[in-house]
Amino acid sequence: MWNELLLTLQDANTQWVLFGSILLGVASGVLGSFALLRKQSLIGDAMAHAALPGICLAFLLYGTKSIGWFLVGAALSGLLATYFIQAIINHSRIKEDTAIGLVLSVFFGFGIVLLTKIAQSKNGNQSGLDDFIFGQAASLVGSDVKVISSVAIVLLIITFLLFKELKLFTFDRQFAKGIGLPTGFINALLMTLIVSAVVIGLQAVGVILMAAMLITPAIAARYWTDRLDRMVIVAGTIGALSGILGTILSSMASNLPTGPVIVLAATVIFIISLVFAPNRGLVSKGLKLYRLRKRVARETVLQTMYDLAEEASISNQSMLFTRDQLLTRRRMATRMLDKNLHRLSREGLLNQTDGKWGLTAPGAKAAYEVTFNNRLFEIYTMYEMRFAYLQLAANDAWEYYEIPSHTLNELMELMAVHEHTPQLDPAHFAKGEKYYIANLESNDSNKRKREVKSS
Amino acid sequence: MNPVKVSNVTVAYDRKPVLQEITFDMPEGKLIGVVGPNGAGKSTLIKAILGLIPTASGTVDIYGKPYKSQRKLVGYVPQRGSVDWDFPTNALDVVLMGRYGHIGWFRRPGKKDTAIALQALDKVGMKEYASRQISQLSGGQQQRVFLARALAQDATVYFMDEPFVGVDAATEKAIISLLNELKAQGKTVLVVHHDLQTVKEYFDWTLLLNKRKIALGPTEEVFTIDNLQKTYGGRLSFLDTQLDPSHVVQS
Amino acid sequence: MSYGAWIMLTGSLVGVTCGIVGCFLILRKMAMLADAISHTVLLGIVLAYLVSHSLEGIYMLVGAGIIGLLTAFLVQVLHTSGVQSDAAIGVVFTSLFAFGVILLSAFAGKVHLDVNHALMGEITFIPWNTLTIGGMNLGPSAVWMLGSVLLINLILIFLFYKEIKISSFDPAMASAIGIPVMFIHYLLMSMVSITTVASFDSVGAILVVAMLIVPGATAYLLTDKLIVMLVISAAIGVIAAIGGYYAALIWNISISGSMASIAGLIFAVTFILSPKHGLMAKLIARRSIVAEQS
Ligand SMILES: Nc1ncnc2c1ncn2[C@@H]1O[C@H](COP(=O)(O)OP(=O)(O)O)[C@@H](O)[C@H]1O
Ligand SMILES: [Mg+2]
Repeated sequence: MWNELLLTLQDANTQWVLFGSILLGVASGVLGSFALLRKQSLIGDAMAHAALPGICLAFLLYGTKSIGWFLVGAALSGLLATYFIQAIINHSRIKEDTAIGLVLSVFFGFGIVLLTKIAQSKNGNQSGLDDFIFGQAASLVGSDVKVISSVAIVLLIITFLLFKELKLFTFDRQFAKGIGLPTGFINALLMTLIVSAVVIGLQAVGVILMAAMLITPAIAARYWTDRLDRMVIVAGTIGALSGILGTILSSMASNLPTGPVIVLAATVIFIISLVFAPNRGLVSKGLKLYRLRKRVARETVLQTMYDLAEEASISNQSMLFTRDQLLTRRRMATRMLDKNLHRLSREGLLNQTDGKWGLTAPGAKAAYEVTFNNRLFEIYTMYEMRFAYLQLAANDAWEYYEIPSHTLNELMELMAVHEHTPQLDPAHFAKGEKYYIANLESNDSNKRKREVKSS
Repeated sequence: MNPVKVSNVTVAYDRKPVLQEITFDMPEGKLIGVVGPNGAGKSTLIKAILGLIPTASGTVDIYGKPYKSQRKLVGYVPQRGSVDWDFPTNALDVVLMGRYGHIGWFRRPGKKDTAIALQALDKVGMKEYASRQISQLSGGQQQRVFLARALAQDATVYFMDEPFVGVDAATEKAIISLLNELKAQGKTVLVVHHDLQTVKEYFDWTLLLNKRKIALGPTEEVFTIDNLQKTYGGRLSFLDTQLDPSHVVQS
Repeated sequence: MSYGAWIMLTGSLVGVTCGIVGCFLILRKMAMLADAISHTVLLGIVLAYLVSHSLEGIYMLVGAGIIGLLTAFLVQVLHTSGVQSDAAIGVVFTSLFAFGVILLSAFAGKVHLDVNHALMGEITFIPWNTLTIGGMNLGPSAVWMLGSVLLINLILIFLFYKEIKISSFDPAMASAIGIPVMFIHYLLMSMVSITTVASFDSVGAILVVAMLIVPGATAYLLTDKLIVMLVISAAIGVIAAIGGYYAALIWNISISGSMASIAGLIFAVTFILSPKHGLMAKLIARRSIVAEQS
């Protein structure tokens, strides 16, 4: 098998195709990242379909096959399609998805019309225009690859030079405008870059599948990083990798078309990223969720014990509670409750006597901490806007001891206003003493375990 | 029996709680205003009651039974912005949608339903607009159509999400007199409201909500500066400038 | 009937069937999902052939129906696991389509399916491929297939008209009064799938999209009544089909391509001239406002 591979790779034509696919993969991965972040992935699809009539017109006007003129024709009709889509959205009640589908299918239909016209003309059968629909990477010759590669390199250089501007424009168009960037120009430039990436891919991958070259590496890259600069690099790499895999695999078996194999290779990389990427992948998210659930379940039981103790202390009742009391206080799955009750008692945090459960001294301390932390989090979510400077992401863990002390004080004041402050000091109520109400005199965050006045 | 009984309802997206252990009974035959800052969970509360989003825990009863078996008793006015008003249909048609819950599968709205819908349109002062396309209605008129649709539902409890947003003064008056009429018929109406100035004037009861229930009770008891501070986070600089003291209950 | 009449009848049936279903796609902002399904149906057809070794319409319908639903389902799955919806559509349809093309090439010897044919359709062959039952020639089988699908669609739309309408206009209200919104969604996606596969043979994958979207979008600019929109859309489908046929005759070009182009032309004219929502109407309205103010 390796010999076969080596043999294939020694073939000059395969080398050209391979080189072309790699550069194409890099360029479309990089530019696809911008399209993806601007939520314009499908516009790439429209551009690709819309390129067909442009290519046909170029052929009709120029008379023979010429990759250079094809690129020009395809780019112009791709840009025209983009312009039409924008115009339809801006000047009528028609929404974006309909506008894209409409322009895409009509341009393609018109392309087919031109294609039949060309097929009838005297030099039509040697045009090779059919290749553009499905792509025919194997038919690429050295001169094609040279054109494709030079365009790809120019695209990459422009993107590299204007990266800062493109990035700003992609993330916040309004802001970019505000600081004086020519957003109209940058928009046109970005569209031109994307259309060029589409156009150079057409011959290899084809009109229909070209969208995948823009979308799939970019969305796969999204799983590995949050930063645009890294995303662009990862997407380019994935694009290149798909190009290599696709070209080699299809050259090893007869009857395997290169374009679709490149696309499937990219899809496989996407699926791997979707499932296994650290942090954002499904496995990692699932694990995190599992740990979170486990933690929440444990904390729910502890906090419910604390809540009950708090209520009981006010009415001077027993601090031992039945399972049913816990279930009434907070609805939870009985299985989950039983599992955690037993686990907590194994950990020495709970004690069971006569079918009733009570907190041990360490248990009381743990329950207090959990309750304090969770109640503080509730208060934070109520006034999120006010504490926006903490810059907590949606699923960041919340630990009170990681909060800056002045913020903690503010939150604790608010907690007191809402009468949400944990009222029982763990040091005392675990001993069975009652009526120990924690006070809030101390605002020093390092002295969370506040001195307690017995009443 | 209480029209709506919410017990211990918690709603969370991922880990983040949006509603925390909400418990309250809605009194029958009252107009209840719900106030709270943006993102307080007001819309989420209504959606949770109507079973449109899953709750992490807790139960909701409508007249003592789960919502699923009491659908016909409940009328809903979503936020006006939640639908596409370019949809090709006319005002009467939208109001007739209020009857769909009563009609059942495979049947069309009949004469009786049309009569009810027209009557509902009449009540909101939109009878002449019955065959007007909804894309040609003004914001206030669209809101009236939504109210008429809820009336056509012929419910006993109504939930309305910000019906006063973006409407003209005439529509606001019309909505208020409609609410009072519903009250006179013994119906219960819960209205998410954004304008603190008018709470005291419009609503018998007020629910102050910010992720947690801050207070629920007769407006003259709960609509206090103290509770508002709790709801809006103590930063009353905004309240001070927005709120004429005479609109608030002095405690 | 003459050869040309059969072709026009087939084209018109495609126009009507696609035109009607297309309206709902546009109103539910799902045009691109339909685009995706029209591509992936290719995989359904290839798989159906590989399993059944037959090119019978019914196997194609089932295969395409299953893959169409799978497409909608996969897009939904990716979307709920955090992929933005346009990218989800793009990834799903390109990979299923690529898989279809690879299968086609791998089994090229065995499958009598031509990729170009699948994409562009071959309406010119339609009249030759006839349905004979008990020795009786009943006319082109494509006409029967399209007719049945049209009938199925009409029955489903008739039965679920008010449910489809409310869940398209106001899904929250719909599920509050107990209408299974997801069921309606997949019902429509099934209709799109079988419509696509029935139209496939005559106009091909991409032009199905044109027939699904363009007539509906044009009708959307002409009326504010759903039922009228459905009728206009169907009518535009027919006009595009017949106009496309004659244009193709005159210039000797692809019939399906010419249908899509005529549909596009009708849209362009409507976009500019529609009395209600056209460009001119808007300009005139703006003028008169300016004139009043001055
Ligand atoms: N689908 C959702 N996913 C994640 N968070 C959501 C979703 N819907 C609402 N939220 C969050 O829930 C909170 C409450 O929202 P909402 O009920 O709409 O507030 P209100 O109607 O009071 O302005 C907000 O913080 C909002 O960001
Ligand atoms: Mg809201």
